[in-house]
Amino acid sequence: MSKTLTGIGASSGIAIAKAFLLETPDLTVEKTEPEDQAAEEKKFDDALASAKGELEKIKEKTLNDLGEEHAEIFSAHLLVLSDPEFVDAIRGKIRDENVNAGYGVKEVSDMFVSMFENMDNEYMQERAADIRDVSKRVLAHVLGKKLVSLAEIDEEVVVIADDLTPSDTAQLNGEFVKGFATDIGGRTSHSAIMARSMEIPAVVGTKEVTGEAEFDTMMIVDGIEGTVIVDPTEDEINLYRKKQEEFAAKKKEWAKLVNDATESEDGHHVELAANIGTPDDLEGVINNGAEGIGLYRTEFLYMGRDELPTEEEQFEAYKKVISDMDGKPVVIRTLDIGGDKELPYLDLPKEMNPFLGFRAIRLCLEKDDMFRTQLRALLRASAFGNLKIMFPMIATLEEFRQAKEILFEEKDKLKADGTDVSDEIEVGIMVEIPSTAVMADTFAKEVDFFSIGTNDLIQYTMAADRMNERVSYLYQPYNPAILRLVKMVIDAAHNEGKWAGMCGEMAGDEVAIPLLLGLGLDEFSMSATSVLPARSQISKLSRAEAEEAAKKALDMETADDVKAFIEETFPSEVI
Amino acid sequence: MAEKNFKITAETGIHARPATQLVNKAGQYESEVTLEHNGKSVNLKSIMGVMSLGVGQGAEVTIKAEGSDEEEAIKGLEEVMKEGLAE
Repeated sequence: MSKTLTGIGASSGIAIAKAFLLETPDLTVEKTEPEDQAAEEKKFDDALASAKGELEKIKEKTLNDLGEEHAEIFSAHLLVLSDPEFVDAIRGKIRDENVNAGYGVKEVSDMFVSMFENMDNEYMQERAADIRDVSKRVLAHVLGKKLVSLAEIDEEVVVIADDLTPSDTAQLNGEFVKGFATDIGGRTSHSAIMARSMEIPAVVGTKEVTGEAEFDTMMIVDGIEGTVIVDPTEDEINLYRKKQEEFAAKKKEWAKLVNDATESEDGHHVELAANIGTPDDLEGVINNGAEGIGLYRTEFLYMGRDELPTEEEQFEAYKKVISDMDGKPVVIRTLDIGGDKELPYLDLPKEMNPFLGFRAIRLCLEKDDMFRTQLRALLRASAFGNLKIMFPMIATLEEFRQAKEILFEEKDKLKADGTDVSDEIEVGIMVEIPSTAVMADTFAKEVDFFSIGTNDLIQYTMAADRMNERVSYLYQPYNPAILRLVKMVIDAAHNEGKWAGMCGEMAGDEVAIPLLLGLGLDEFSMSATSVLPARSQISKLSRAEAEEAAKKALDMETADDVKAFIEETFPSEVI
Repeated sequence: MAEKNFKITAETGIHARPATQLVNKAGQYESEVTLEHNGKSVNLKSIMGVMSLGVGQGAEVTIKAEGSDEEEAIKGLEEVMKEGLAE
């Protein structure tokens, strides 16, 4: 029975193959008091030697297949296995506490893992995963169990796992492994990043794929849509084979556009930028030829930790992004927390309507210290390239004025101290609240730019919580009501000689792109992997025709009418 | 005993690659080698020890070596340190 699961598309492309289940053998150990201590120590020494041997081989293979950068992690793993503190602690445990080898490995590794996990530094927290990964390998040898080896795969498969560790992904043989799907993980997890650099389709975070698939079950992994089909029908397989061919052909065509500017068929230039969450996303931005960063979501710096990030930490992150973009525009959004994104350490009271509550700029204006720290970090980083600062969730002109005043106060202080700060920083706002879209003409006199945040603009305009599936039908980007608001914002910007961008999902949507081009949008910011497809689509569109079509769409009655009309008007450019 | 002070200049401090290089180098000597920072001292032959110190940019550190080849050890490690990691 065919079943479709939804996850997060981590690496685009389509894979169709049998499932290979990567299951970790049961590695639980009980504490015992062995009679022959020397034998236990030898067992550990042998396991250590075998694990090292395996890692050497994996490292060698990674070095040949993927290069030095990817192999580095295995040098680190090997170093852990040669670490006197680690190895001696295990030997000591076996000898002095008279425990079995397996228990010794587990105890010592748990201790180091929790030590690294508790450091308040993301880099160190990730090292905990390395130690766990290495220890698992040693433990498997101690227990005489075999880790399912991806290296042994010799036919075309799709790998199915709870999660993939660095040593798993390094063993993926691109010749046979056509794709993978996991239960956990996000777009920035290790496995996702590796999948993109190996260019194999992957869907992560499906929650249940390991429960649904069995060995040799036919699977379809659609990394474009982020879906996995378990045991597909003949028809589904044929449909996806076709999609696969189309994707391969398109990809070839897209790759040619990496260094091109984005221009419509009739020579109108627009800017295609990328949305990022962390400096780690930069690689994708550059590989996909984005012309700038249209939205850097700074909240990831604040999440997954116990306290606010320092000015220095933020400065380093912003500086890296700004300087790596090498003069290209970088729009950084100040903290947008609250709503569905919580920070436990801020200890904010629960709200009935978090999306309508104390969040983003509302929170920042009250938590003045926290806001100023971020602004100082941004201002200092501005000296390294082309920074634009954007305030989220602006509802009134007073909010914008207040935020801008605080920014300028901090700028003056820094300059008085002799710190280098750029004088060219543009200051703009997200337009995601209908009141601001309606008042855009007034705002346009004071802001340097607008960026339309469609995810929230749609939810607030339609009064439909986007987390509530029962009202998800109201999430209608093509609704003429939304299009009219978007038009108001763009026109208001242009009347004052400012620019208007968009950084919601809609900006990368192939039905929306002709409409937005026609409405005169200047900057489209989307996920990095959408940039080349969008550039290709825009190059085939005529600005004049898109303008005509947008004008008609504004007067249509329903979202469905608009969608059908665009698909009919631009058949070859859409889908 | 031989020792030498350094000031870390690398932006990332002693992380990943530099830590690996230091530990690998230290492992080549017989002497006991330690890295001190902020009143804490760790075995420089231990990657986990070194990383647990969390040495950042601008930090002052001391490397100490004690044993038959202590002078060579300090010299060898100084070379690694001077390759863009510290001054």
